[in-house]
Amino acid sequence: MKGKEYISVARGDAEGQARVAATAAEKPAAKPAEPRPEPKAPEFKYIGKPTARVDGREIVTGRAKYTHDIKLRGMLIGKILRSPYAAAEIVAIDLAPALALPGVMAALKLAEGKVRYAGQQVAAVAAVDERTAEKALALVKVEYKTLPHVVDWEKAGDAGAPQVRDDKPNVERINEYSRGDVEKGFAEADVVVERTYRTGFEVHNPTETHGSVAVWEGDHLVVYDSTQGIHGVRDGLARALKLPAANVTVIKNYMGGGFGSKLSLGDYTVAAANLARQAGRPVKMLNSRRDNAVCVGYRPSSRQTYKVGAKKDGTIVAFSLLNFASGGIAAGDDVAEPVVDIYKCPNCKVEEHTVFTNVGAQRAMRAPGHTQGAFGLESVMDELAAALDMDPLELRRKNYSARNLGDTGLPYSSKGLDQCYDLGAKAIGWERRNRRPGEGSASGPLRRGIGVASSIWFGAGSPGTLADVVLYPDGSVEVVCGTQDIGCGTRTHMAVVAAETLGLEPKDITVKLGNSDYPWAPISGGSLTTPSVAPAVRDAALKAVERLKAVAAARLKVEAGDIVMADRKFASKSDPAKSASFAEVCRDLRRETVFHGERGGMPGDQYAFNTFGAHFAEVVVDVETGRIRVLKYAAAQDSGRIINKLTAESQVVGGITQGLSAGLYEERVMDDMTGSVVNPNLRDYKIATSLDIPEIEILFADIVDPRINNLGTKGLGEPARVPSSPAIANAVYNAIGVHVREIPMTPQRVLEALKRKEAGS
Amino acid sequence: MDKKPNRKDPGGVSRRDFIKGVGRGALGTAVLAPLRGQTIGTKKGRVPVYERKTITLIVNAKKIDLAVEANETLLDALRDRLDLTGAKKVCDRGECGGCTVLLDDVPVYACMTLAVRADGKTVKTVEGLAEGGKLHPVQEAFIEKDGYQCGYCTPGFIMTTSAFLEKNPAPSLDEIKLALSGNLCRCGNYAKICGAVDTAAKKMKGA
Repeated sequence: MKGKEYISVARGDAEGQARVAATAAEKPAAKPAEPRPEPKAPEFKYIGKPTARVDGREIVTGRAKYTHDIKLRGMLIGKILRSPYAAAEIVAIDLAPALALPGVMAALKLAEGKVRYAGQQVAAVAAVDERTAEKALALVKVEYKTLPHVVDWEKAGDAGAPQVRDDKPNVERINEYSRGDVEKGFAEADVVVERTYRTGFEVHNPTETHGSVAVWEGDHLVVYDSTQGIHGVRDGLARALKLPAANVTVIKNYMGGGFGSKLSLGDYTVAAANLARQAGRPVKMLNSRRDNAVCVGYRPSSRQTYKVGAKKDGTIVAFSLLNFASGGIAAGDDVAEPVVDIYKCPNCKVEEHTVFTNVGAQRAMRAPGHTQGAFGLESVMDELAAALDMDPLELRRKNYSARNLGDTGLPYSSKGLDQCYDLGAKAIGWERRNRRPGEGSASGPLRRGIGVASSIWFGAGSPGTLADVVLYPDGSVEVVCGTQDIGCGTRTHMAVVAAETLGLEPKDITVKLGNSDYPWAPISGGSLTTPSVAPAVRDAALKAVERLKAVAAARLKVEAGDIVMADRKFASKSDPAKSASFAEVCRDLRRETVFHGERGGMPGDQYAFNTFGAHFAEVVVDVETGRIRVLKYAAAQDSGRIINKLTAESQVVGGITQGLSAGLYEERVMDDMTGSVVNPNLRDYKIATSLDIPEIEILFADIVDPRINNLGTKGLGEPARVPSSPAIANAVYNAIGVHVREIPMTPQRVLEALKRKEAGS
Repeated sequence: MDKKPNRKDPGGVSRRDFIKGVGRGALGTAVLAPLRGQTIGTKKGRVPVYERKTITLIVNAKKIDLAVEANETLLDALRDRLDLTGAKKVCDRGECGGCTVLLDDVPVYACMTLAVRADGKTVKTVEGLAEGGKLHPVQEAFIEKDGYQCGYCTPGFIMTTSAFLEKNPAPSLDEIKLALSGNLCRCGNYAKICGAVDTAAKKMKGA
């Protein structure tokens, strides 16, 4: 599931298209309805400042319990047998020999008919320990009739390639978009550039592999799951097991990374629940590292051909994109959002296709589609700038768009991309770049260069998110929300917002999350969590304050309007001698009192709500070895009001690092012959380490968007990831004078690009 | 190709085979089968495969007698038998450092260390780093500098760091990066982690 599905207006709907047609001609916008009154910008004590995580102590002492760490009385170990073949017909599965092994308590058949990728689940067992479960898997007899397969997506579209799915051909159109008249636009252009860019398969590889522990308490199923969406997993389990949703509880206290691969219910979780029911004992089912490379997704590939036409002064008049993507047995990502939205271009046409292969289904990965699309778009922008002999940053500014042309046609509620350009350019020293790509001075085989890339993402948050603030008569305060902290610091954000509003300190707040019995919150994906949860907590806490003021007024025998709250005290404005402590006022509540908060709506019919960012990279490239080193990096983000500066910085650092890693190293490799993944581990699949990290500067535009929610905050996780690979690719282009046009930019690809330059093509 | 004789144990089974033997799925079982009835050399004599052996460890300053299987890793012994789940099983083959613990004060990958090899030694895990409720300066620094995100790799980084700073109390940034390069952080928070290590060094110097 993609975060973008939570956005209220989908691109391509008739209404949206009509609005685009009406606004693309850059007519002055109809005056939008009056925005909600802007909240007074109070001077916050904690919000926007750095606050250390409230759960830091749990993490650094090893006490934080992740799903892998759960151990229940009588717990069995579950294992899944997976197909070794990329395409096969299952003739028979015999569980009896496995069930006969002492210590094996349950077994299930999980497949019938065809298996379509190597790694697809076939059977499962639960046994008293891991070793017995492994032995049992080897005893399951499966008779396969192998079928021809295709795992190379560049070949899957060829005539004669084996058909991957029964319901559709191997190549299918997944997206179409058009505004204006591109042919007319290209005819009017002074310069036309056409280029093809490729992105590879990037595997999420969270440190904690996917896994669940299932336990039945009578008719009630409790599942500890390593998930980014407890409510969705709860609902999915209820459907899969034909249970009332009210009889399922999903718990996730700590999780070791997800990056989009843990957004929805996993088949291993259903298997764990079924095995647990069969055995009458809890079952723990964890993926192996190998499983995580073959059956829980990856970022789909892309092959994007852009054609862009511009006037001599840099005004872009036409864009076209033809993209092919592959997501295995599932559709790949559409990558068009950046090209239709980032720049003001009246004529734009997109056509996208997916190519099916006998490979496990892709899953959303940190800014799905946008990450690939931004690589293609931002790369062609730099190649266009070179063709126009123009500063790449100037070209971007020249085509700056104040409205969301592709998605909704509406003006942006706030857009700080121009500020991000200014902040980032200053931090990196943009004037130091080579004026033309490859024109810098050489120091032996080393060439230096600087590049930029911009991003757009969603991240407005989900209206309807709920949170409770509970006040206890002893003065303690609890904040409860059925969200999950996937490493972004959500626990701390909740504590910060509640403490700020209630005049307390973050450490005074007890935070409860990660349980689907708690009030609803969306998946932690799509950069939704903070702009959904923080405003709901704020709303609940404001209601609590209102009530506390009334109670204090009664105690002090003054009007409620006369009460001010400060420093854990409620005092009378007119008679400062009259005051009561926070604890005293809570005691007057006499029992625990729950205040329900909700994240309100947004004027989505008047404004587009998006997040923005601009990244700048400086690299050095060795033209003899093809090796790239990133030396310096500046990232500027517009994600509205920052809630916690400390954790926000970490989000950006992570986005940069993952983009660096994907841009330079990461690539899943398939073997054509066997149809399986060649590098399903952390040694052969290369991930950046501490040795690869540049000097990093992080800047926030910190624009408070009053229309978006009561805190003016937007999401940050994905915006920080989108522009990182292309910023580095463009820096490499600036250094060596030829664009590598494919990520990861392995030394071999860099050397091939240099050869291309020598050949003059 | 000639098989290279095992240096210490020419007739037996090498440590490598045992590590491979605890591999997963059908392959793991297939490799294990021929090992049945064979033995592994330990400091205290030979141990048959599958037979339990009682070892003595000093874990986080507590002496513990533990019956382990001959091909059981130190990581499994810590996590499954002692419920010390701070060290994580991330790659299970020495690629990521998520299971790093100190064996006689030296950082090791617990997933690549057989429990029987730890017999008679001291083991320090992340759970044993804080003394009397007071956090170790490295732990404090990771909290202050936000040297983590999801926190799953954090125990490994903290153990690596604590051993590193004992050896090199005033490291340069390059030395820090090198010291941490055997630990993977998939959230990509290395820049913050390096900052935490630097802060920890300063704290320990001042302590």
